[in-house]
Amino acid sequence: MSSIALAVRDSATMLRRDFTHSRRNLMMTLSGIAVPVFMMLLFVGVFGGAFGTSGSGSEYIDYLAPGIIIMAAGAGSAATAIKICQDMAEGIISRFRTMDIARSSILIGQVIGSVVRTVVSGALVIGVALLLGFSPRASFGDWLAVLGVYVLLTFAVTWLAVGFGLKAATVAGANSLSLILQFLPFISSAFVPTGSMSGPVRWFAENQPYTPVIETVRGLLMGTPIGNSAALAVGWCVLLSIVGYLWSRKLYNRPRAS
Amino acid sequence: MKLAINAAGLRKSYGDKVVLDGIDLRVAEGTIFSLLGPNGAGKTTTVQILSTLLTADGGQAVVAGHDLSVNPSGVRGSIGVTGQFSAVDTMLTGEENLLLMCDLHHLSKAEGRRRTAELLEQFDLVEAARKTPMQYSGGMRRRLDLAMTLTGAPRIIFLDEPTTGLDPRSRRTMWDIIRQLVKDGVTIFLTTQYLEEADQLADRIAVLNGGKLVAEGTADQLKRMIPGGHIRLQFTGVPQLDYAAHLFGNASRDDDTLTLDVPSDGGVHSLRSLLDHLDHNRIDVASLSVHLPDLDDVFFALTTKDGVR
Repeated sequence: MSSIALAVRDSATMLRRDFTHSRRNLMMTLSGIAVPVFMMLLFVGVFGGAFGTSGSGSEYIDYLAPGIIIMAAGAGSAATAIKICQDMAEGIISRFRTMDIARSSILIGQVIGSVVRTVVSGALVIGVALLLGFSPRASFGDWLAVLGVYVLLTFAVTWLAVGFGLKAATVAGANSLSLILQFLPFISSAFVPTGSMSGPVRWFAENQPYTPVIETVRGLLMGTPIGNSAALAVGWCVLLSIVGYLWSRKLYNRPRAS
Repeated sequence: MKLAINAAGLRKSYGDKVVLDGIDLRVAEGTIFSLLGPNGAGKTTTVQILSTLLTADGGQAVVAGHDLSVNPSGVRGSIGVTGQFSAVDTMLTGEENLLLMCDLHHLSKAEGRRRTAELLEQFDLVEAARKTPMQYSGGMRRRLDLAMTLTGAPRIIFLDEPTTGLDPRSRRTMWDIIRQLVKDGVTIFLTTQYLEEADQLADRIAVLNGGKLVAEGTADQLKRMIPGGHIRLQFTGVPQLDYAAHLFGNASRDDDTLTLDVPSDGGVHSLRSLLDHLDHNRIDVASLSVHLPDLDDVFFALTTKDGVR
């Protein structure tokens, strides 16, 4: 077999391993949906009345849901960072390193596994949003585009989370680092339009990567204007994926003294 | 003699801390070679270098016919490593762990199942096959660990302190497994801090201390390097001890225990002449015991305190 075929085969083996881990540790696997669902309940049920964009006739949940869906992509990063950090502490990784297998397969298996897990979380969050009265006006093609953007963002977030997991010395550290990815959506257009914010917060919210991604998804689902958000969203995701990948690769290949 | 491992001048340091200070190793195929040393002597570092986990700062090594620096993946394809810390996936069952290894060695599905069943049987893990290692005892974990190492039928196996922390029965089981492996033609590179283990298993022993090899040879050769064989005579009173000490000028006496250690090679001939000598002078001996130098003596003589980090 060629080396590429071997790398694919080894990565598939590692992906199966990752899925088994997800099945064995369902709490961790599903923890990614807890925060977005909780936020949705809080903002729709508790604050919803106060934020209501009732003037335009549409419900607040229709504004909020796209942002919450994107939050689910960020929320999945905690599990990824923790899993990577735990894995690296286990002797099994040293064993893999002494075997004649494609080195990259270990990370690739984890990344694909995380992306799949996070897509499932996203679908569950959309389900909850629909139950709470979210009524998107998207066509089938729009939904596919949403899936594409979501996967692209998840890919970027996952590579960064892998980097956090490799960088952190402890599981607690990995979790803390991943909070950046989980909390960034709070200062974006997820909950309220950036236009209502002030000063530096507004500048940050308008220019951070989550906002164009959320605006793109909101546009696709609700028909709001997208403008240059789509291009910015794709650009950010590709850039962050490359940075996350290169950083993770460097951390992963550094020699480990014991 | 074909060499499974041939290393020359291996060096490794972390900062200004020298861990390996130029060591040479030659291990013949199909033998057990034991690297013996106290904690921190550099045993694990040596294994990590030879198994491609670490790159040496200097020196060359050929493992299973592949140069470490030129063809590390060739080396990886021929070796198996069971480290000091268990290298099993704690979230997978014992069976799944073995199947995972079979997949990574690119065995077909059917072949993988057959090999897994075989290893579970051989390592007495059939009943535990569906449990995760979290429910295993220390000995079971090590057995699973070694079984995983064997899925790829490696020609050289590195065992880094394979019995550290095991109870005596599990240790014996491990020894039997290791002996069986060598019968099948595998080369074993074993590190241990247990002298008895090296004495029991190894064809050749190298003593590592403070990053340097301080002695190498068979267990017998090493024991001969150290003087210390003696016959211990115990007496009932000080007068007898005095008299005997006078008689054997080169002996060392201990007044508290009323004993006298007479240097001896422990052979029958020297024992007989000693007894004759005692008889002839009518000295009453309460008890007598023969002490041969063991690896403990060798170890303590060769590994000095300041070598220990």
